[in-house]
Amino acid sequence: MPLDTAISEAKVWAWLDKVPDPEIPVISVVDLGVVRGVEVEGGAVTVTLTPTYSGCPAMAVISLDVETALAREGVTSVTIKTRIAPPWTTDWMSDAGRAKLEAYGIAPPQAAGGPERCPHCQSTDVEKISQFGSTPCKAQWRCRDCLEPFDYFKCI
Amino acid sequence: MTHLFEFLLRQGDNALVLGHRTSEWCGTAPALEEDIALANTALDLIGQTQLWLDYAAEVEGAGRSANDLAFLRDAYDFRNALMLEVPNEDFGRALMRQFLFDAAQVPWLDALQGSSDSRVAEIAAKSVKEARYHLERSADTVIALGDGTEESNRRMGAALTYLWPYAGEMFADDATDRAMREADVAPLPSEIRPAWQSKVEETLGFACLTWPVSDFAHSGGRSGARHTEHLGHMLASMQVLQRSYPGARW
Repeated sequence: MPLDTAISEAKVWAWLDKVPDPEIPVISVVDLGVVRGVEVEGGAVTVTLTPTYSGCPAMAVISLDVETALAREGVTSVTIKTRIAPPWTTDWMSDAGRAKLEAYGIAPPQAAGGPERCPHCQSTDVEKISQFGSTPCKAQWRCRDCLEPFDYFKCI
Repeated sequence: MTHLFEFLLRQGDNALVLGHRTSEWCGTAPALEEDIALANTALDLIGQTQLWLDYAAEVEGAGRSANDLAFLRDAYDFRNALMLEVPNEDFGRALMRQFLFDAAQVPWLDALQGSSDSRVAEIAAKSVKEARYHLERSADTVIALGDGTEESNRRMGAALTYLWPYAGEMFADDATDRAMREADVAPLPSEIRPAWQSKVEETLGFACLTWPVSDFAHSGGRSGARHTEHLGHMLASMQVLQRSYPGARW
């Protein structure tokens, strides 16, 4: 254990920023916007999470990953709370998260309801294949220039 | 049984029964994209079920959990609309049913966001976003298939004819509905009908399908009095694990 053992909210946020999303590991759970609050009382930490989609199967894994990450930092008392209001929206995703998504090949969410450009070749000539994709939060699109299919993070 | 508990079971059971029926497509849909879309729709509905039945279990206060309500009740204790429990039959019927449900669910959940019960309002606010997304797809698909080939138009017409006598039950008010209206928890289902009707009329028009003449509506699903013979068969497969190995966990 390091000498500076006092746990602060800022430290917890920094630790959580290193916890990857289990289905899109290039962004952290903080980038994704599912961490709604951190409370520290003495040595006890309470983390409040919100689901992206109500049936998102990654939520159980995210809770477990958060607990594990905090335990690794020496936090012995972790409580995970779930809150659905106000409901998660893609607006809560950080700018850093959006940039990381695109670099990974997933077009980040846009208010217009479709991707701005192909994450592979940056062409704006894109078309929808399906409204749904490999996870509840994504849709399938295709680039008409490079012809590559790609995931689009749905905007809700 | 309180009216609020009954009301919450109706919301949860609608999502659960349609969610399970939709999950039956997993691995068998006509195209990979549709398979994924159906599985994701089912997942949203099961997620919504969890929210409604968690709250129902709390309101009941009898020590039952959402899982107990889902897996250990028999058909006559279910409160879903009959339309949602009939078999999928084919892709056309599954999507027509999804559309008829989504078109009611969007204005319904939208109204529930203003519920005097804050938990109901929160669950509705979370669910309505998913319902809107479902409606976009189900309406588009009904139009694409209705205005498609002769065969797809015939099948969508057959699906509409089959489902129509079940659709009206969604808007038939009863004592529970009136109690919820009185307490400002929810509007009367009949108040949602005009919004549903205009969406359905518009979509059927684009889909080259005719609005059915009869207004006859079966009832008995929302009250639990008369489910179809199909629900028991569905529950037999949905509940078999918990029935055979009580308390089994992942």
